[in-house]
Amino acid sequence: MLYSDKVLDHFSNPRNVGEIEDANGVGEVGNAKCGDIMKMYLKINGNTIEDVKFKTFGCGAAIATSSIATEMIKGKSIDDALKLTNKAVVEALDGLPASKIHCSVLAEQAIKAALSDYYQRQGIDPLPIVGDIGECEACHLHE
Amino acid sequence: MEKRFVYADNAATTRVSQSVLDAMMPYLAEHYGNASSVYSIARTAKRAIEEARGKVAAALGAEPREIYFTSCGTESDNWAIKGAAMKLAAKGKKHIITSNFEHHAVLHTCEYLEKHGFEVTYLPVDSMGLISPEQVEKAIRPDTALVTIMYANNEIGTIQPVAEIGKVCRDKGVLFHTDAVQAVGNVPINVKEQNIDMLSLSGHKIHAPKGIGALYIRKGVVIDNFMHGGGQESGKRGGTENTAYIVALGQAIEDAVNGLDAKAARLTKLRDRLIDGMLKIPVSRLNGDPVKRLCGNVNVSFEAVEGEALLLRLDLKGVCGSSGSACTSGSLDPSHVLLAIGLPHEVAHGSLRLSLGDDTTDEDVDYILEVLPGVVQTLRDMSPVWNGGR
Repeated sequence: MLYSDKVLDHFSNPRNVGEIEDANGVGEVGNAKCGDIMKMYLKINGNTIEDVKFKTFGCGAAIATSSIATEMIKGKSIDDALKLTNKAVVEALDGLPASKIHCSVLAEQAIKAALSDYYQRQGIDPLPIVGDIGECEACHLHE
Repeated sequence: MEKRFVYADNAATTRVSQSVLDAMMPYLAEHYGNASSVYSIARTAKRAIEEARGKVAAALGAEPREIYFTSCGTESDNWAIKGAAMKLAAKGKKHIITSNFEHHAVLHTCEYLEKHGFEVTYLPVDSMGLISPEQVEKAIRPDTALVTIMYANNEIGTIQPVAEIGKVCRDKGVLFHTDAVQAVGNVPINVKEQNIDMLSLSGHKIHAPKGIGALYIRKGVVIDNFMHGGGQESGKRGGTENTAYIVALGQAIEDAVNGLDAKAARLTKLRDRLIDGMLKIPVSRLNGDPVKRLCGNVNVSFEAVEGEALLLRLDLKGVCGSSGSACTSGSLDPSHVLLAIGLPHEVAHGSLRLSLGDDTTDEDVDYILEVLPGVVQTLRDMSPVWNGGR
């Protein structure tokens, strides 16, 4: 498995690992059967993501995509976070091996799941804002 | 302890030894003649090949004319299985028996034959990874052409009752092939006493280079050719002989067999110390049989961590190992071997195989046991499925 230096850096020194006790948006995607679970914790104030932390069970790419995704949305607006695509995550990591692209999809979905949770807690239907998060395509292949 | 390089993946491949290098080098640039030619440098090559054949035969308790050189273990498996299948199909025998945790060289060959009208029975292994001779006996049918069961498993190291399975096959008049790629050089083998009709082996697992293997075919057993070509290897395996690598294999197998008892005793001790130490890490389990196990094989699962992440973290510490997680198997599913012994997906994802070899030292084991608990803990600390071991 040939990983870029950036992937290895984020894997070896992951940023923003942990939990946020008073998080107001938490999302978890993936499943243990596939070997990937990502959990994102957001602390949102107004329209700003003041803090973000993650916990991930998964391979090197899963940990690296979680790490860089948190960096890419920390301090940004909700709108910016919603615009984060898995493609942007892959580019930020200087690429991922083809078999690892699904990890970047999980990272995007984990952020969206956390934002959905945030809206739900506010009593707002997240679907029109966040959209349908869908499931990891790789997971469907297991069924 | 200072950071050190620890190669603990000898089941994947081994370092070419100095004695092997010394033996093979003259056949690259000096005695480079084609062994089929008549002049002096060709005869030198031919003699070296036959000497190597004798060494391989001696290591297995076989006769030199029963040894055929191939390019690797995978080719040997393909030849034995497809060759026997093709030969015996002509007699109406189109049934093959194997296990569900063979190496892919055997499994995928069997699956290929299924697409071509053969029927394959995949015997399930028990939770330790063992096949019983009774299972084999029950599965044999009048149209069974071949039984192929691996000697020792590459992932969990389980050693099968090969002689007993061979006996069942011999009594029933069914050919018995064993993939002994992991076994050769680690356990004593005698093809005659163990009722083995065909045996695959590979050089790079015993300190020869990658790209050389052999197939033992008991005299009297006739199977179709696989590699059609010139008259090399008694007309059974075409292709100009790779003299240097054949010499390397001969040297490697001689070295392996000479030092076998001492190596097995030394590695078994190291292995058991490593296993005991690794099992002190909470929520871990040993995969495979604790006793009927290759002397260098350690396979332990750690819950709530993923294998590839474990390998990359260990690599940062200088330790080379392998895993049966999906991410390292190149598919979405974890290793078929770990699933075959009944491990749930999530436990199989967290498996770590460390395979010790001739170069492994006491200090290597100390070092692994020093760094591994921290590596596992770091990953568990960032894992959302880790519950603190409760």
